[in-house]
Amino acid sequence: MINNKIPETQLFYYQIVSLEGISMDYIIETHNITKKYDDFTAVDSVNLKVPRNSVYGVLGPNGAGKTTLISMLCTILRPTSGGATVNGYDVVKNAREVRASIGIVFQSRALDDILTGREHLEMHASLYGVPSNIRQERIDEVLNLIALGEKADEYTKTYSGGMKRRLEIGRGLVHHPKVLFLDEPTLGLDPQTRENIWEYITKLNQEEDITVLMTTHYMEEADQLCDEVAIINQGQIIKSDSPINLKRELKADTITVKVDKPELFTEKVKTLDYVQKVFGDDSTIKLMVERGENLVPPLVNFANQNGVMVESIELQHPNLEDVFISYTGTKITEGR
Amino acid sequence: MAELEGIYTIWLREMKRFVRYRSRILTSVVTPLLWLVIFGTGLGSAIRFGNVPGGYQAFIYPGIIGQTILFTSIFSGVSVIIDRQYGFLKEILVAPITRPSIVFGKAIGIGTTAVIQGVILLILSFVVGVQMTPLIFIACTLLMIPISVGLAGVGLLIASFTDSMEGFNLIMSFVVLPMFLLSGALFPVSGLPMLLQSAVYLDPLTYGVDALRQIILGTGVIPLHISITVIMVFAAVMVFLSAYMFSKREQELM
Repeated sequence: MINNKIPETQLFYYQIVSLEGISMDYIIETHNITKKYDDFTAVDSVNLKVPRNSVYGVLGPNGAGKTTLISMLCTILRPTSGGATVNGYDVVKNAREVRASIGIVFQSRALDDILTGREHLEMHASLYGVPSNIRQERIDEVLNLIALGEKADEYTKTYSGGMKRRLEIGRGLVHHPKVLFLDEPTLGLDPQTRENIWEYITKLNQEEDITVLMTTHYMEEADQLCDEVAIINQGQIIKSDSPINLKRELKADTITVKVDKPELFTEKVKTLDYVQKVFGDDSTIKLMVERGENLVPPLVNFANQNGVMVESIELQHPNLEDVFISYTGTKITEGR
Repeated sequence: MAELEGIYTIWLREMKRFVRYRSRILTSVVTPLLWLVIFGTGLGSAIRFGNVPGGYQAFIYPGIIGQTILFTSIFSGVSVIIDRQYGFLKEILVAPITRPSIVFGKAIGIGTTAVIQGVILLILSFVVGVQMTPLIFIACTLLMIPISVGLAGVGLLIASFTDSMEGFNLIMSFVVLPMFLLSGALFPVSGLPMLLQSAVYLDPLTYGVDALRQIILGTGVIPLHISITVIMVFAAVMVFLSAYMFSKREQELM
């Protein structure tokens, strides 16, 4: 399971968050931001606080309002009511300053197929006013990072999907933005390329002074990349926290045990107060517990004490899909 | 400074696209030549056209230059719709430069490509046996600038209102062809029925074609200074109007 592997740096980060609490520095803040189209409310009074230098995920099904939300933060759409600040600038009143502080990778491709990769970066650099004396250096730096190799000087129509995506992400970085917006960065990419993009985003966040705000409807993506996740459904934020806290709050780890005497073990294990629920068939027994990682050794000991041989034991944390279901009652893929 | 750089960047992209789509350059030269050689010769031998030295072929030569500029400018302007469908317009619109700069860059870029095509036609004047002097050449080139930029403005203005290329045929039927046919590119505009006459004078291209014809052939129906003034005003109005519309409709365009 992917979600068992939480990098140490990420754990360390949570500690800081919980210690510093309110004194956190937020680079994006929204205040009841709302977008209505006639009688349809795409984004409904959303309050978001994105900590500086984090990777923040907006997770939700298609049509939940993710792109509308991000578009308002990027100044592409004007909010119907409420507001937001990005890098300290108001998205309506100081749209231009906001634009200069952000990089954007749109959900749909935004490349000119008859320009080369390098030309895209050059064009972007001059549109964003990167001083001409450092422009070349920046472009080389980005090209190095996105590893286009010799393809950098070919027309983008010859690029693969992954290369196009990398170029778009790289382009968003040329002017050293404070915030990088990624709208469904791995949509339509093959698993291999998707992992590359993930690695790339993680590396970027570690090496640069940058906050990444991304939308996604891929659970593993949010789980693996994001320091904090806001779950959005039908235009409203349902819950926001770190993926690990969200999952922990479900209090629903599953321990799957294989034993030689299943009936006896089932009967005995029911008496333990940390076991919430027991179900199973034949030799495989599933136990619903909380914080399962601490319970594996005691369970094995308990079995031994009762003369039961444990053949195998497996721990499963809930994934964000389970979290989503528990808050909305639907699977993310079944959203509107 | 940043705005000038933005305008230059947008202009540069137009240039690169123009140079790289080689087929477009080829058609832009071949199509007018077909008109001049086939249509000009064909109709020219069927009618008596005594009032211009060089005959009918020479008469339509400035008109065909006007037509080339018209088609190139309007369709390049309208091609912003394609940029929009490919999402590239978004990339430009979220940049921290003003909307008018984007429109100016576009209009100047399109204008440049149209003028280049016009200049190629000026060089090909020997095909229709028209005398070309350096002075005529320079005067025509200068005159083509406001005509091209103004028509690019028309294209951009249409693009700011149109969602998809489905409207392409409508633009062809209701804007481009009427402008071409009413401009006097193919026939003299004096002595037409009243209603048609008024329509002719409402067409901005009429003034462009008439001015080109006066410079190249020395014959025309509108005083040159009036034509030039109308063209300049038209260019300024169209560019500023589309700059205004891009600013106003920014949200819809992205």
